[in-house]
Amino acid sequence: MHPVLKLIAQRLALGILLLLAASLLIFAGTQILPGDVAQSILGQSATPEALANLRAELGLNEPAMSRYFSWLAGAIQGDLGTALTNGQDITKSLGGRLKNTLFLAFWAAVVAVPLAIFLGLLAVRFRERWPDKLISAVTLASISVPEFLIGYVLMYIVGVKLGWAPTVATVYDSMSFLEKLNAIALPVAVLTMVVLAHMMRMTRAAILNVMQSAYIETAELKGLSSFQVIYRHAFPNAIAPVVNVVMLNLAYLVVGVVVVEVVFVYPGMGQYLVDHVSKRDVPVVQACGLIFAAVYIGLNMVADIVSILANPRLRHPK
Amino acid sequence: MTDALLKVKNLKIGARIYPPGEKPKDIDIVHGVSFELEKGKVLGLIGESGAGKSTIGLAAMAYGRGGVELTGGEVWVNGREILHTSRADLRHLRGLEVTYVSQSAAASFNPAKRIMEQVIEASVHAGKFSKKDAEGRARELFAKLGLPDPDNIGDRYPHQVSGGQLQRCMTALALCPEPDLVVFDEPTTALDVTTQIDVLMAIKEAIRDTGVGALYITHDLAVVAQVSDEIMVLRMGDMVEHGTTDQIINNPREDYTRDLVSVRSKQHEGQAPTDNPILRVENVTARYKGTNFDVLHNVVMELHPGQTLAVVGESGSGKSTTARVITGLLPPREGKITFDGRELSADLNGRTREDLRELQMIYQMADVAMNPRQTVGTIIGRPLEFYFGMKGAEKRKRIVELLDEIELGEGFIDRYPAELSGGQKQRVCIARALAAKPKVIICDEVTSALDPLVADDILKLLENLQKIEDVAYLFITHDLATVSAIADSIAVMYQGKVVRYGPKAEVLSPPFDDYTDLLLSSVPEMRLGWLEEVIANRKMESAGN
Repeated sequence: MHPVLKLIAQRLALGILLLLAASLLIFAGTQILPGDVAQSILGQSATPEALANLRAELGLNEPAMSRYFSWLAGAIQGDLGTALTNGQDITKSLGGRLKNTLFLAFWAAVVAVPLAIFLGLLAVRFRERWPDKLISAVTLASISVPEFLIGYVLMYIVGVKLGWAPTVATVYDSMSFLEKLNAIALPVAVLTMVVLAHMMRMTRAAILNVMQSAYIETAELKGLSSFQVIYRHAFPNAIAPVVNVVMLNLAYLVVGVVVVEVVFVYPGMGQYLVDHVSKRDVPVVQACGLIFAAVYIGLNMVADIVSILANPRLRHPK
Repeated sequence: MTDALLKVKNLKIGARIYPPGEKPKDIDIVHGVSFELEKGKVLGLIGESGAGKSTIGLAAMAYGRGGVELTGGEVWVNGREILHTSRADLRHLRGLEVTYVSQSAAASFNPAKRIMEQVIEASVHAGKFSKKDAEGRARELFAKLGLPDPDNIGDRYPHQVSGGQLQRCMTALALCPEPDLVVFDEPTTALDVTTQIDVLMAIKEAIRDTGVGALYITHDLAVVAQVSDEIMVLRMGDMVEHGTTDQIINNPREDYTRDLVSVRSKQHEGQAPTDNPILRVENVTARYKGTNFDVLHNVVMELHPGQTLAVVGESGSGKSTTARVITGLLPPREGKITFDGRELSADLNGRTREDLRELQMIYQMADVAMNPRQTVGTIIGRPLEFYFGMKGAEKRKRIVELLDEIELGEGFIDRYPAELSGGQKQRVCIARALAAKPKVIICDEVTSALDPLVADDILKLLENLQKIEDVAYLFITHDLATVSAIADSIAVMYQGKVVRYGPKAEVLSPPFDDYTDLLLSSVPEMRLGWLEEVIANRKMESAGN
């Protein structure tokens, strides 16, 4: 077997193992949470009989191990159970939310990733001169301000004062594509500002590291211009670290948007999770946790695989 | 101006250095060097490290490496001054009119791109050739430089060809745009001596056939004597002597040049082996963890008290692996190590402190073998504490004694490694090894990273210390000149086997086995026409077979 295929198969297997471990942690974590689901559903005035009945109905009297395995078996088949609070099928209501979150994350990534890499290349080209310092200062400032504050400031200036974009990012299925894009303009801007600095600085550092190599000198002595040297010779060798940080930030865009979704009243996973945590709706929390874990592990696995594929020594063995 | 290809007038080069804990300061690297090079001629620039040879070579492309700045003087290429020209003009000059071959092709090729793409990049980028023409030209050059499978080798990635092949690819890269001048910066220094000779011949023929002018930079006078028409000797940024190759080699005017010419003449009279070897390597077969092939096969050698056994071979021949087995870092699969009559534990953890003390090591890279944050006194004092429990005045007295033995003296006791030159660092490492009062010291390529004159001094020092301390050396090297300068016995290694072994006089006299013959005949000799002679002899032999 080609060594690259073997490495990729190993990564995949490792990813699945990691996901299983994560599912175990999520389940265990929700088990040791204080409080009782039946109690919180029925309220303080519940009779002991009613509580016992509900517990039996919910399967809470079963041993934890067997509950874990039946939950896992369901999850593998796409059945995440029903929400305790409203009895709805979790897979179905989560599906729509996940779609919205991915929609938001996707457009934020489409803006942020190329911009970050371009700014990184630019910073290297003009390193230690004013464009580099300006880029660093602006991106660092934007990552240092809490995202909810950026959100409200943008809302006030762009939404209220200038009236360029709606301040509430709620999207409905009935909206057209362009209407949706318009609705999410502000949250996309906030997310971009949050993830930009990290990716841009990593791109800059990775390329600067490569710029020390002897083959960069060779390229310079071939009479290439600075930007050609960076783009054609340095960047291909900096792909692995750049992809890693890009994937970490993509994962953050999916998993970490809770605050932004709440600020902009966006119907995504984050809001859904926050709602149900406050209602102690354990199956929903577990389902969200599992999906977040899967996204995180999946994206990092992609980063690993891209790094493997970016290495010519692995791609073309002797 | 004149029609000289390259004209350098009173070139001054400086750099800003950042000494730790001090303010940055500006230093001069080259103080006013002038020379001219005609079309199609080869000028050898020779000198020790720090002489400014590479810096001058790169100045022919108006390029300063790192913080280097071209501070004064003029450089004319093809009749125009290039130090004050426009960026666009410089880009045309670099890569088209003047090209560069670096010491390490392995580092100078971009690992992420195919060889062909990199070889033709400069010509295609500047629009000198179409992609197709440039590829055709590159294939011709690959063939001319003796690369295997010239039609397809360009499709490979740099890591897929050997070091010697890559160095030829680099030469092809430099010749592809039909430049007027090529700067060769130590192009064969990183190669094994048996590979060097072929690359040298390939470069020489390519220069002759394409009629290109060249600056050939090296620290090895014997090498430069084979390829250049003229030689310029540099020392610490100044020109020492400039003349025809014949004059420099056979009739040097300056003392420094004479030293360089005679540097390899040190000889050592080999002693006969004794009855009781101090160290015996008995039928050792070894492999690295996680691999399924042996890197050492049945290695046998003996080292006698107070003598030197030289282990020679090219990279990958198993010299250093043998040292790892002897020191216990790599337990052998079969065979054993006997030391002073007793069998040593195969594994380092099984050895007593006395075993460790009696067998010391000195490494090639003296600067990475020392803790940069410890003073020379601490470095040498450590084995004194560790093995003999010395403290205070007693320890200091012994450290000073050792510093005197390595000809540095007490003044060095509080210095840090960064304040020492390469040769001084290696001396400190020698003192550290001696501090343990060992019976055997393994010297792993201890002179390879040093300039010839400095290396010569280190060899003399080692020889003196051997007499004083009665210590035996296992001397690992790829350099045969070093071997004859120090060895009593020699083991020639090739592909993990000892192919020839015995007292020096025996090993170095005919009849030779094929490999030893190849190795010995590949060592550059300091006379004109040596290269052609060897190549002609080899052709005759292979025709005769």
